[in-house]
Formats: sequence, structure tokens, C-alpha cells
Amino acid sequence: MADPAVRFDAATLEYHGRRIWSDMSLAFEAGSFVAILGPNGSGKTSLLRAILGLIALRSGEVEVLGHAPRRGDPGIGYVPQHQSLDPDLPLRGRDLVRLGVDGHRWGIGWPSAASRRRVDTAIREVAAGPFADAPIGRLSGGEQQRLRIAQALVGDPSLLLCDEPLASLDLRHQQEITDLIGGWQAGGKRTVLFVTHDVNPVLALVDQVLFVVNGRWAMGTPDEVLTSERMTALYGSHVDVLRVHGRILVVGESSGSGFEMEEPHHLPVVPDDEDRRTLRVTP
Amino acid sequence: MIDQLVHLLGYDFAQNALAAGLVVGIVCGVVSRFVVMRNMAFAVHALSELGFTGSAGAILVGASPVVGLMAGTTITALFIGALGVRVRERDSVVGIAMAFGLGLGVLFLSLYPRYATQAFSILFGSITGVSRGDVALLVGIGVVTLIALAAVYRPLTFATVDPEVAEARGVPVRELAIAFLLIMAAAVAEAIQVVGVLLILTLLITPGATAERLTVSPARATIYSVAIALVSVQGGILLALATNLPVSVYVTSLSFAGYLLARWIVGPIAVGRASRRAAEGAS
Repeated sequence: MADPAVRFDAATLEYHGRRIWSDMSLAFEAGSFVAILGPNGSGKTSLLRAILGLIALRSGEVEVLGHAPRRGDPGIGYVPQHQSLDPDLPLRGRDLVRLGVDGHRWGIGWPSAASRRRVDTAIREVAAGPFADAPIGRLSGGEQQRLRIAQALVGDPSLLLCDEPLASLDLRHQQEITDLIGGWQAGGKRTVLFVTHDVNPVLALVDQVLFVVNGRWAMGTPDEVLTSERMTALYGSHVDVLRVHGRILVVGESSGSGFEMEEPHHLPVVPDDEDRRTLRVTP
Repeated sequence: MIDQLVHLLGYDFAQNALAAGLVVGIVCGVVSRFVVMRNMAFAVHALSELGFTGSAGAILVGASPVVGLMAGTTITALFIGALGVRVRERDSVVGIAMAFGLGLGVLFLSLYPRYATQAFSILFGSITGVSRGDVALLVGIGVVTLIALAAVYRPLTFATVDPEVAEARGVPVRELAIAFLLIMAAAVAEAIQVVGVLLILTLLITPGATAERLTVSPARATIYSVAIALVSVQGGILLALATNLPVSVYVTSLSFAGYLLARWIVGPIAVGRASRRAAEGAS
């Protein structure tokens, strides 16, 4: 087996004095698409931050792309959750992507033909050309996330970290963003770590699932991990995993609505949530 | 009026004022862009008022008021930087520092009864009245500030418009916040010489806010902001020389007129064009 893209070895992580997980040993294979699932506060984002070198492990080791994690690793691209930007912010999509090229470097950053070419290519690859010159705060969530992906990929990383990139997007845009990431990943030995509260939009792409709950975790293919037995063991209470029309629902008795066990207390209040709910139970 | 202006331009004090105004205009134009984007109007106000305390203290002990100003704004910047980490805390920390610092200012004033003239010039500006040595000091501080701004311009932009991804890309977001406070401290000390403590926002908010109304390109917005600050300062100095009214009267009027023009006439056209592009692109 080739060297893994990311390897944790007996890793223990604490955040503000709270132990998130301890003695975790696992490896994400290079070239794989890994969905990281689990309820809020289970340390999904902390896992990404440890890989980015933004927080240090309490003990144990983590190796990223063959070395210790370092801040600003050019081999890593990062796509954050969609946040609404001020509609009056004087920033175009093109400028956001440009920051992905060299925004972290010192100096003024005079425009150059080379960086403009890279930005143009990245924008073309996510089909964001028609709106790349408009104020980014006035674009739709889906358009903004396209540009975020261009920003993450313009540096030509080999590891892409995505932190809930589909949250608050409607189904159509979820599909578009998923296709973009999948298309990029298929183009070489590229690794995607995809934090999400709902595995269904990326189910077709996922090689491995890491499910984290209360400091416990399970990793394997979706068929191995997303089973009633494994989930019941992880949550420590009875959980059913249902498969309906090619979608996976994790339903636990602690979840009042029986819906979206992964995030029982924090259902996003967005209009498209209604769609998703309907679509999950009807063909 | 013109005769008087031409006559006065032959004097050292007028040339010094224009030289200092050039540096102050450029510094304030760039800094106000970040002040507006980072929502730091209140911090500017506090730095300014504690600059007053600093210069009152300096006059009391017979030191240069410009040195006192710099000391006052810099100490305040470090205090805010050390205690006001989170945005929510920041305004409280600023308010707390400002209240105590102004109390000190009152103390210095009451200890030095013949203070009235100097106090007036610090509160309302006196660029045509500063000594030659102080003008040299102003230009020196201005040049150092510009060099510092040029060094951090690109990562500071990244950290300002897109802090989460900037951090993931290794930009030292927290350190840059403190560096920017120190740059702001210098800019405030500079601007006080022109418009005074009480009118500081005319140079550290208005140019940046006006520029945002004119364009969606960040680079162009910075250029516009510098141009607006320069026209306000230099125009204000020239008009004051011609008419014997204080410089700050004209600087505030010019920058205010520029804002109204941008807000009601030029801006809606420019931003409307950009939004139409966005709408067309999206459809």
C-alpha cells in the first residue's frame, strides 16, 4: 500500500481542556474520498484543524502528506462551510480565487499575467466564469461555493479538506458542488476529507467513512460502518440504519423526529431542509 | 484669495504642511480601507482620544506633543490587542480603555492651566502650525507605516475578507490583527495633526467607506480611497491657506461631499453595473 495521505498514530486531542478523542490510530489512504461524520461537537472540525497544523495533539502523532503537519502547507486545499458575505463587500469571486494563489504571502501582491492565468483556469474549471466579476456577496450560496472550490484548488493541492461545504445549499447545488469535487478527485492521486452531517449527497463518491461520536469512532466502507450494529455500539443506544431509495438514514431513539441522527440538536433552519426531508422518504 | 495662497505657498510652513499632508493622505487612504472592512471605527475613535491624553501628558512634562500622541495611540493599540481578542469583547475593551484614558487626559489638562491653545489645536488639528522638527517626525513615521502596510497588505486583506480560509492557509491572523492595530495607532497619530482628535474619522472612515461605494475591485477601492484622502487633505490645506479658516473645516467638508457624491450619484451607477453583471451571469 502506498503511503497514506494522513495518518494518526495514538493521537489524543483536547480542545479548551476537553478531551475530544484519545488514542486514535487510523490512516486515510492517498487517492481516497473519506466522509467524516458525527454529531456536532464530536471533533470533526478539530480533526481538520489538527491536519492543517492549527492545533497540536495532546499526545501521539499525525503525519500529513509524509511529514508533520505545518501551517500553510501548499499541498492542502481547504473549503469552508458556506457563510453569507456582506453584499456590499468590495470583493469579486476572482479576487477570492486570487487569494488562494498567493494571499498568504507577504507584500502587496501586484497583479501578474501568470497569476491571472491560474485564476482564470481555476474559474473555468468550476464553470464560474459568468459571475466571477460580480460582487461575491451578491451571488447565491451555490455560486459562492463554486468559487470557494476554485480558491481551494488553484494552488494545485493533493489533499482537499472540506468542512461542511454543502451546508445550507439546496439539493441541486449540493449535487453540483459534489460533482465538482468528485471530478477533481478522479483526476489523479488526490485525497478528499469531507466533513458532513449528511453522507447521502456524497455517497456515490465515498470510499471510506469515519464516524466519530463522543470520543469513539469507526472507520471503513459505508457498508461496513453504516450498519445498525456499528452505530448502536458507537452511540451506546439503539440506532437503526435504514436504506431507502439508495439513501442512508441513521435513526436513533434519542432523536425525537427520527430524522438526521447525526445532528439531532442542530437541524439547520433553511428552506431547502424541507426538500431534503421530503426527498428522503419519497422516491 | 488666490494671491494670498500663492504668497503663503512661498513659506516653509505651508510647504511642510503639504509634504506632511501627502504622507498622511496615503497612509490614511490605505488604513481606512481596512478600518471599514474590519469594522473598527470605535477603536479608531479610542486611539484618537487616548492620543490626546498622550500629547496632553507630553506637554505637561515639556516633551513633543507628537511623541506624546504616538505613545498614547501605541499603548492603547497594544492594550486593545492584548485584551480584545474576540470581536464581541473588543468593543467593551475599547470602551473601557477610552474612558480611563480620557480621565487621565482631564487630569493632565487640569494640572497645566495654560493649556487651552494647545488643547484646541490637538482637538481640531493644526497641520499648518506644527514645528519643522515635528513635520519631519510625521513624515518619518508615515514612511515607516507605509512600508509596514506594504509588507502586510496581501495577508491582511486575506485575513480581513476571508479569515477562516486565511488561517487554514497559514496566515497568522491573530498576529496580523495586532500588527494592524499598531499601524492604525501610527495612522491616527498622523491624522490627528491634520484634522484633530475629534474629527479623526473623516480621514480614517470616510475615504474607505466612499471607495467601497465606487467599485467592487479591492485593488481599485484602495486606490480610490487613497485618492479621496489625498484630495481631502491637500485640498483642505490649500483652501485653509487661502481663506484663514482651520484646515479641518475643509478636510471634513471635502470628504463628506465625496461620500455623498459616491453614495447618491456615482456609486449607484457603478455598483448597479456590477450587480447587473452578476444577475446576467447567474441566469
